Amino acid sequence: MSRIRYRRLVAVALVAGIGLTSAACSSSDKKDDNGGSKASSSSAGTPLDPKTKVTISVDCMPPTTKKPERKQWLDDIAEFHKTYPNVTINSKDTFPCEDTDKFTAQLQGSSETDVFYSYVTDLNQVLDAGQAADITAYVNDKTVPNLKDIDPNVLAILKDDGKLYGLPTTNYSMGLVYNRKIFKDAGLDPDKPPTTWDEIRTDSKVIQDKLGSKGIHGFFEYGAGNQGGWHLTSALYGAGNNVVSEDGTKAAFNGPEATSILQTIHDMRWVDNSMPASAGKEWGESQKAMGAGQIGMYLAAPDDIQLMVQQYGANFNDLGMAPIPGGKTSLMGGNDYFFKKSDSPDQIKAGIAWINFKFLTLKKGQFNYARNKTDGIPVGLPQPFFFTGQSKATDTADKTQYATVPVQNYKSYVDAQVPVKGEPPNAQKLYTVLDTVMSGVLSNKGADIGKLLSSAETQANQLLAAGQ
Amino acid sequence: MAATTVPDKTTRRHAGRAAGPRTQGGRGGLSRKLSQNLQAYGFLIGAILCFGFFSWYPMVREFIMSFQQTRRGVTSWVGFKNIKTVYHDPYFWTAWKNTGMFTLYALVIGFVVPFFVAILLNELRHARAYLRILVYLPVMLPPVAGALLFKYFYNPEYGLFNRILKIFHLPTSQWLDSSHTALISVVVAATWMSMGSATLIYLAALQNIPGELYEAADLDGAGLWSKIWHVTVPQTRLVLSLMLLLQIVATMQEFTNVFLMAGGNGPENSTMTVVYMVYQYGYRYNNFGGAAALGLFLLLVLAGFSGLYARLNRNAD
Repeated sequence: MSRIRYRRLVAVALVAGIGLTSAACSSSDKKDDNGGSKASSSSAGTPLDPKTKVTISVDCMPPTTKKPERKQWLDDIAEFHKTYPNVTINSKDTFPCEDTDKFTAQLQGSSETDVFYSYVTDLNQVLDAGQAADITAYVNDKTVPNLKDIDPNVLAILKDDGKLYGLPTTNYSMGLVYNRKIFKDAGLDPDKPPTTWDEIRTDSKVIQDKLGSKGIHGFFEYGAGNQGGWHLTSALYGAGNNVVSEDGTKAAFNGPEATSILQTIHDMRWVDNSMPASAGKEWGESQKAMGAGQIGMYLAAPDDIQLMVQQYGANFNDLGMAPIPGGKTSLMGGNDYFFKKSDSPDQIKAGIAWINFKFLTLKKGQFNYARNKTDGIPVGLPQPFFFTGQSKATDTADKTQYATVPVQNYKSYVDAQVPVKGEPPNAQKLYTVLDTVMSGVLSNKGADIGKLLSSAETQANQLLAAGQ
Repeated sequence: MAATTVPDKTTRRHAGRAAGPRTQGGRGGLSRKLSQNLQAYGFLIGAILCFGFFSWYPMVREFIMSFQQTRRGVTSWVGFKNIKTVYHDPYFWTAWKNTGMFTLYALVIGFVVPFFVAILLNELRHARAYLRILVYLPVMLPPVAGALLFKYFYNPEYGLFNRILKIFHLPTSQWLDSSHTALISVVVAATWMSMGSATLIYLAALQNIPGELYEAADLDGAGLWSKIWHVTVPQTRLVLSLMLLLQIVATMQEFTNVFLMAGGNGPENSTMTVVYMVYQYGYRYNNFGGAAALGLFLLLVLAGFSGLYARLNRNAD
């Protein structure tokens, strides 16, 4: 081979080697059969026979740094073994329970645990990866006694084509987290948090004017990593808007409500200067800033409160939760466990028995509030709220009896009873588009909101039309 | 030289092949060849397996995946659908424009600056070794740490750069938080983190230039720029062209810095690069077929650059 040819070959090989591998992270062959899991077993609807010897792996065991939660997990396994002595649970500790990138890779490589944790919004991804077992035949009032009291809207998020694929463990709806101490220091009434965007702007300005010299800002918003789009969707839901049409084929966010919300955010950032100057904020930064007492308010779910206390040194007494501004509808999220498609019927039964014991039985597992109080785990946070009827009444009474956090701080959020709504179809793609709008408003003083929205609408319609 | 009278193994092998490889064909010839080169194949096998499993197999898979779609666990062939989808993505051209701009800025800053730093170091008579270490130090910093450090420096409120500007009563900047400055801010940080390696390679090339050439240039009355242009650049041409290709290949695949410093897409998508878009397709949209198709586009462009490189070098030869 001539020197020139050799050099050319080396150059091409170098480029090809480096260039192509960037998109070839996934290499797993998907199974071409779309048959159900072994759910059609005639005995599928019966609870697991305690004599059955079976091993399941389950993720999201609390890490060693969360000592009380980890101890409770192990204690619960020991108690579970009293009923099911032949079930071996191999726990995998993970924190956070789901890292979205790792989760995607696990699904592609079929390396998730037999019973695996997920966000309820991941159903489509899990099904497309062919990784979830159909558990419809396994779930009934014998295997999950509180089934009739689980909110059908929550179960609906875990269903596809009438088939059930997961069991919920917690859920939330978006609202407004605010710092009561900052409100008080700024001369605002912490028991009257803002309920509209105009009120948010007014209060944010007061906080900035009174406490800005201490490095405290009134409001905080995301503008990167698709999270700006996620928050804009939450804000639009609060105003009663949709982001896509009912049939999911057209963008529906470009309207007076979106313009008004974005104008308010723009004015808070550029006219009142009551927001941080940095626009590229992502999830984690708001919690850190609120934990450090540097911001007055931001849109969030109630689980942020516990995170800020446990990880960023915030005090429960200082944090309050109000309904989403507008209060028409609220974006719902939550967590669940799926069952791997390759699980045997006994593994599915054992998994359901464990999830039922740990997460869906009142006074047991996560609902053992008396134990939570003793172990120093907060009781009284406004989630989960997936129970209805008698179960809800019992849960509320228990929570009130053993409350360790100031439940009155979340009163306006709980009392508002804002109807919940799931994520839009093609959520992440829409969030990418809406991120552009949010970052445009936060990074550009002269932002043309109408133009940003029109452009985003065109782009969203293109994405929806492509039907990816 | 002895090679003319005592042929070595290589020339003997070539001679044998020239005499009639077909007569040596068949199982016997093959096994003889294998046994003759067994040691060499032994050394090669590790590298071939590594390349096979970690480079070539993923590439083949990627090519296949770009024509497939997986829905509800069923993988099917979809022809050019993925390619059409990514081509019609509203951010397709935005990503290419940003990638092109990033590459251009990175060439202007990241290609030229290390070259002149190397010339400067080469001219120094004292403390050259210390300065070499100083220039190389940022390369030793883990890329994630470097990117997060610069993210902090760029913070408009409390970052180092705006504080320095304020001390001198100069106008401050939004750096990563403005669509006008985000991309160039990332390039500057990326250059700082990677220029040490390029500088050392240039320095090695510069030190191989015979001193007589500069002496002759001095005698001819050449100035500094004239010496650089007529002596330094031609003498380091091969290294420069290779570094140029590597720089283009590396910068066109920019991901880490935009992801860590600007949240990926940046203000108004001003830092969304092609590889970040690949990431979005794979890990946000769960569309690995689309991600693979984008990878193919990138491959074609980079292969074009490498072809150009090979052609330029052939012409130069």
